[in-house]
Amino acid sequence: MNPLARLFGQAPEPVLAVEQAALRSDRFRLEREGDWKRLEAIVARMEKGRLSRVSDEDILALPVLYRTLVSSLGVARETSLDAATLAYLESLAQRAWFLVYGPRVGLWGWFRRFLGGEWGRAVRALGVDLVLALAAMAAGVLVGWLLVSGDPEWYGALIPEGLADARRPGADAETLRGTLYGSGGGGGMSLFAAALFSNNAQVAILAFALGFAFAIPSLLLLIHNMAGLGAMLWLFGQAGLLPDFVAWLAVHGTTELFAILIAGAAGIHVGRAIAFPGEAAVLDAAAAAGRRAAQAMAGVVLMLIVAAVLEGFFRQLVQDPVARIALGAFMLVFWLGYFFAWRSDGGPLR
Amino acid sequence: MSVAAVPRRRPIVSDAERRGRRVVTPEGVALGFTVASRASRAGAVIIDLILIGLAMIVSTLLLLLLLFGALQVPDSLLEGGSGPAARAFQFFAVLWIVAMFLFRNAYFLFFELRPRGATPGKRLAGIRVAARDGGQLTAEAVIARNLTRDIELFLPVLFFMQASATGSDMGGASLAALAWFVVIVAIPIANRDHLRAGDIIAGSWVVEAPRSRLATVLATGDAAHTGRSEVTGARFRFGGAELAVYGEYELQVLERVLRDDRAESLVAVTETICRKIGWEPGRGDERAFLEAYYTQLRARLEQGMRFGRRKADKFDREDAPPGRS
Repeated sequence: MNPLARLFGQAPEPVLAVEQAALRSDRFRLEREGDWKRLEAIVARMEKGRLSRVSDEDILALPVLYRTLVSSLGVARETSLDAATLAYLESLAQRAWFLVYGPRVGLWGWFRRFLGGEWGRAVRALGVDLVLALAAMAAGVLVGWLLVSGDPEWYGALIPEGLADARRPGADAETLRGTLYGSGGGGGMSLFAAALFSNNAQVAILAFALGFAFAIPSLLLLIHNMAGLGAMLWLFGQAGLLPDFVAWLAVHGTTELFAILIAGAAGIHVGRAIAFPGEAAVLDAAAAAGRRAAQAMAGVVLMLIVAAVLEGFFRQLVQDPVARIALGAFMLVFWLGYFFAWRSDGGPLR
Repeated sequence: MSVAAVPRRRPIVSDAERRGRRVVTPEGVALGFTVASRASRAGAVIIDLILIGLAMIVSTLLLLLLLFGALQVPDSLLEGGSGPAARAFQFFAVLWIVAMFLFRNAYFLFFELRPRGATPGKRLAGIRVAARDGGQLTAEAVIARNLTRDIELFLPVLFFMQASATGSDMGGASLAALAWFVVIVAIPIANRDHLRAGDIIAGSWVVEAPRSRLATVLATGDAAHTGRSEVTGARFRFGGAELAVYGEYELQVLERVLRDDRAESLVAVTETICRKIGWEPGRGDERAFLEAYYTQLRARLEQGMRFGRRKADKFDREDAPPGRS
């Protein structure tokens, strides 16, 4: 092969008759390389994701060609010392294997199965970790409330400056009421919703990913985030606005807090599997837990989108506290029913 | 009987061989995988980060250009207001936030879920993601390994950017964070499959994805068949003793030399072989000499293989029973 041809990857390939080869192993190769090259062409097209360009004939031939190739590889390993051919066979076998094995569902197919039961199954599989996360969140709220009621100075430490805005200790009830009702700054709803989603999703991902360190950072993150909520509850409670605040929060909070609960539980699930793998090897236990938790996490991102829409649009549109509570309660019942009551075992959409 | 302590060199093991793993697939085929080196993975992630950064910058500029250039939205609307122009501004802002979120989180997901299982950076580095157990790489595994990327890659970057912006007054929390990142970085260095935290959770690993073309058959010419040079007319026939000096390793080196086909290395290798087997190196047609030697050596070694005798390299004694090395 001359250098120029090699550069462009188009070496003119002389077609060799089998008899031309001096060695037995080369004859073996020349007899089979037609099949190999056909397989390579099919694999290359499928790797590009253009399944429509692969003919039915080729799809049907793929498993057969793959098996032929694998047996060729087995023979070649034992009889041939042609390093280049062996490398070619190894790499082609690997590429074909990635395609042949596993009914790789597309992103869409995965998504349908996900909504049709896999998501709920993944959430249920978190089991006791959901309880742990819930306990951590409740503890966080309690801690926040107690800290701030003991010393209002804590409020500044728990609520970031940008979020606090007018909601600070010492603000009169009228100002606080203003933050709960009203249009929320003109028509900026969609912008607000998008920013909320982006921020919350990042926090949820963090809660999951931190679970890797034996779940401890996930727990701390949950407690810290909920302490802020506890502080706000105290603030509005002081002003006698507790029911209004709860109603304001319920619209999106039932969805958003539920999502954060699942994210935290997913993190704890992984961390617990690493810390206490049981009878499985640590790596296997971590991998099994990670895959279950990842599915729950994909759902968390969806829930946060719903929460952002509720927060950005519906909270401004629904001003009545009773209606707000009803909306929040409805969402909570919906999620609980979807995850725990509706069990489609076997998957109807398969 | 005293055994003479002959210092024997260990068989030559290349780095790629050390990273080689055999995974037995569900149908019982032992497939060869090579764990990607840390350098290629680092290179891949750097390329990907550059691509993500570029995509972010370009999309931001494009949106700004559309907003203020094509749509002629006045600057004063940044402060708020209503009307169609303000709504357009909001729409673009939403678009921007969503785009940034997707670039950060969906880039790796999207590419690794495609049939190639590799981001553009990984493709350039010649590596891909695979399931560690030899099974299928599932969507859940890809999601798990990429959500964890957030604490491994983006968080440290953000952290150090913040630290450098606020100055050097790092408290205990910063030191703890630093220790955390050191641990995270140490994970892929500390295990033999180069797994990072996300790989551990997802049950995945990153392997080399070689794409080698089928090379031409080397031993086909006249020199290979009869050992005769078409240029000089000399005949090369080697005896058993002359072929016994080399093993499989040297054969494959010779194969590479022949495939590269560079005149100076052909001459050098010819001279080395001649010195070793005690021939007088003739000039004129080194390639024919080497092709003849290659073919006859390979025929001999492959015949040995068929009878269960292998000779790894020139230090290996062919008649030694297997297992004594």
